[in-house]
Amino acid sequence: MGNAKLTQKIVFFLLGVATVMVIIPVILIFALILVNGLQAISLEFIFSTPKAGMTQGGIFPAIVGTLYLVLGTAAFSLPLGILAAIYLTEYASDNWLTRLIDIAIINLAGVPSIVFGLFGVALFVILLNFGTSILSGSLTLSIMTLPVIITASKEALNSVPKSFREVSYSLGASRWQTVRNVVLPNAIPGIMTGTILGLSRAAGETAPILFTVAAFYLPRLPRTVYDQAMALPYHIYVLSTQVPNVPVKIQYGTVLVLIVIVFFMNISAAYIRAKFRKKKQW
Amino acid sequence: MVNKITIENLKAVYEGVLALNGVNLDIRQNEILGIIGPSRSGKTTLLKVLNRMIDFVPRSRVEGKILFDNLNIYTDIRLLALRRKIGMVYALPLPLPMSIFDNVAYGPRLHGTKSKSVLSDIVEKCLKASYLWDEVKDRLDSQAFQLSGGQQQRLCISRTLAVEPEVILYDEPCSGLDPISTAKVEDAMRELKEKYTQVLVTNNTKQAARVSDRTAFFLMGELVEVDNTKKIFTGPSDERTNDYITGKFG
Amino acid sequence: MIKKFFESLIEKAIFISGITAIAIVVLIFIFLLKESVYFFLNNNLAEILFGMDWYPISEPPKFGFLPLILGSVLVTVGAIVIAVPVGLAAAIYISEVAPGWFKEILKTGIELLAAIPSIVLGFVGIVVLAPFIRNLFNLPSGLTAFAGSIMLAFMAMPTIVSIIEDAINSVPKSYREGSLALGATHLQTIRRVILPAASSGIMAAVMLGIGRVIGETMAVLMVTGNAAIMPTSILQPVRTLTATIAAEMGEVIQGSMHYYALFGIGFVLFVITFFINLAADMFLHRKKS
Repeated sequence: MGNAKLTQKIVFFLLGVATVMVIIPVILIFALILVNGLQAISLEFIFSTPKAGMTQGGIFPAIVGTLYLVLGTAAFSLPLGILAAIYLTEYASDNWLTRLIDIAIINLAGVPSIVFGLFGVALFVILLNFGTSILSGSLTLSIMTLPVIITASKEALNSVPKSFREVSYSLGASRWQTVRNVVLPNAIPGIMTGTILGLSRAAGETAPILFTVAAFYLPRLPRTVYDQAMALPYHIYVLSTQVPNVPVKIQYGTVLVLIVIVFFMNISAAYIRAKFRKKKQW
Repeated sequence: MVNKITIENLKAVYEGVLALNGVNLDIRQNEILGIIGPSRSGKTTLLKVLNRMIDFVPRSRVEGKILFDNLNIYTDIRLLALRRKIGMVYALPLPLPMSIFDNVAYGPRLHGTKSKSVLSDIVEKCLKASYLWDEVKDRLDSQAFQLSGGQQQRLCISRTLAVEPEVILYDEPCSGLDPISTAKVEDAMRELKEKYTQVLVTNNTKQAARVSDRTAFFLMGELVEVDNTKKIFTGPSDERTNDYITGKFG
Repeated sequence: MIKKFFESLIEKAIFISGITAIAIVVLIFIFLLKESVYFFLNNNLAEILFGMDWYPISEPPKFGFLPLILGSVLVTVGAIVIAVPVGLAAAIYISEVAPGWFKEILKTGIELLAAIPSIVLGFVGIVVLAPFIRNLFNLPSGLTAFAGSIMLAFMAMPTIVSIIEDAINSVPKSYREGSLALGATHLQTIRRVILPAASSGIMAAVMLGIGRVIGETMAVLMVTGNAAIMPTSILQPVRTLTATIAAEMGEVIQGSMHYYALFGIGFVLFVITFFINLAADMFLHRKKS
């Protein structure tokens, strides 16, 4: 028995070591980016355009481009995703079509992001003739984000107790009245959490925007949705692999800005989730 | 006595199981009809048929004729109008996750009442009718979940009253309540008799004896007998009824 | 009246959105198929799948997928060999061993990792990992399949850990208590009761991990050295399927055979991930029943 206890101690210790080996690099990566990135951060870095073949200046157009893409993605994927989730949980009966949609969504979630990029090129850039533009890029990112939003929204809607719906119907409410007055208000925090997480992923994605929107270098800000735009993830790619002699400081600075945007979204999502859990009574 | 609801040869399949088989039953205006019987005798199914909540139940089917004020509930009345006229109080108190006021005002708002003062009047009237007003009048804005179980159940009755139903269905409304709360709910039911027709499904035969005017005994999807409550509890015509109320099975 | 109209309008929108979700998957499939069918019909299928040369712009071009497929396989196998044991260990430790406060820290760490964009990890791979590997093995360049495997193992970790954790947590309490009551140690209980009961969840985690790794693009493109040659060693530069699309789509002439070849690669990727996801879903559902 003493032997078994000792074995257990050793094995648990080794498991702990393995876990810490995963976590420590995460901390190191953050420390590395933070320490090196902060040296680059200044008002000028954030609010000016790249200069001298990107070896000087700032990243303003890339920041703006990423924000535009996130907004554009939200504009398409939010209504579509949430409505689709409402359809699947509140309206669709459990039949072959619903199951087919479920399978479709699961598979959509697993499609590699570069394949979304290819699809975006074929459909939006070429066939619909939107060109490489914010419109094409946002649509491509939307389709990638859609399964995340649908899945999270479905989960949030399903977590609203059935009895609430039953009570509402028994008082003579129509389906939409029930959804609108009872289901949605209680599912909104969950939907928002999932949606923000989905959008934060879109903000950091590179592969889907490579050929649908991203501009190598664009000294001015995009004016319409048909314009190309710079974007932070692609800019990082360009700085670290495509342009020689970019000061490391600028690279780290760009990475830090992207990380801050992505983490800001993640933390907002976590905050909403935590706040709602406290308030929830059922 | 005028018949409020007439049920003719009702057959109902609930989740693939035959739950009611050939039921004929009249429900009279302004009476409290008690429905007793062991579990799985079809009592709850009957309620769900009456306000057509059974429509949401998968693999279910309804045959026969049900008349509400001589109108067929499946063909002559619009579904949402029917649900307004036939209200339902559930076994567990099911307040919606909103304030006391909003719970009661939920139904009237659905049906188009917007004026705050009209809503306030409705809320006050309905909370008084279920004997809850004095206990909550100072905190109408607090969450309904903060009320006790008995208060919640009376709130649910108020909420049902607020849509101005003509019939109220109760599905074992006191199963989760202590004796004092139960007495209060029963008081409310007696008081409501003047205006409403009430159907009380209960597992507690004593409760049926206390509050209902007539009592119907269901067994395995069939209506064994229905008669004045006194008659049922003192000299039922069917032996099975006698066995059930004397506790030989159940 | 207006309300009624609005209600029927929004219900139509809801229905259309539901249908759109499936239409999109069908569309993706059709587009990939449409663009790649031309390629597969106009080239010898055997030469594509088993051709050892990927020279898309030479004259005549050679479209052998084999080096790319092997590149993907090599990097993926490497990543899974690292990620599955470590991920399993971490999941067991987090759900069974770690004390409450430490557990929260570890879980937050895993969540942070999941939130890092792959481009950032690719960047870190270039500036930190590659030089490290170069020095360690004394190579001309650290940008190798091995660097890709490590990076991808890291990226697959959150998926693997969280799904295994879920699987372990969903093992009924009674199993564990039954085993402990018989005098088994905690470790014996984990090994003989909990892990077997969680096995289909673990399989699902492995499948989804593979799916994540095969589909990953940017980090791989940046750290694997990008050489479309038949791999012979894990310490060699390689080129994966995904990286090929990312690297070449920008310069390809639209409508050329090369263009269609890239869609062909996309189609292959779509089919691979489709089956991996289907398998993972099967494992997850088997767990439930």
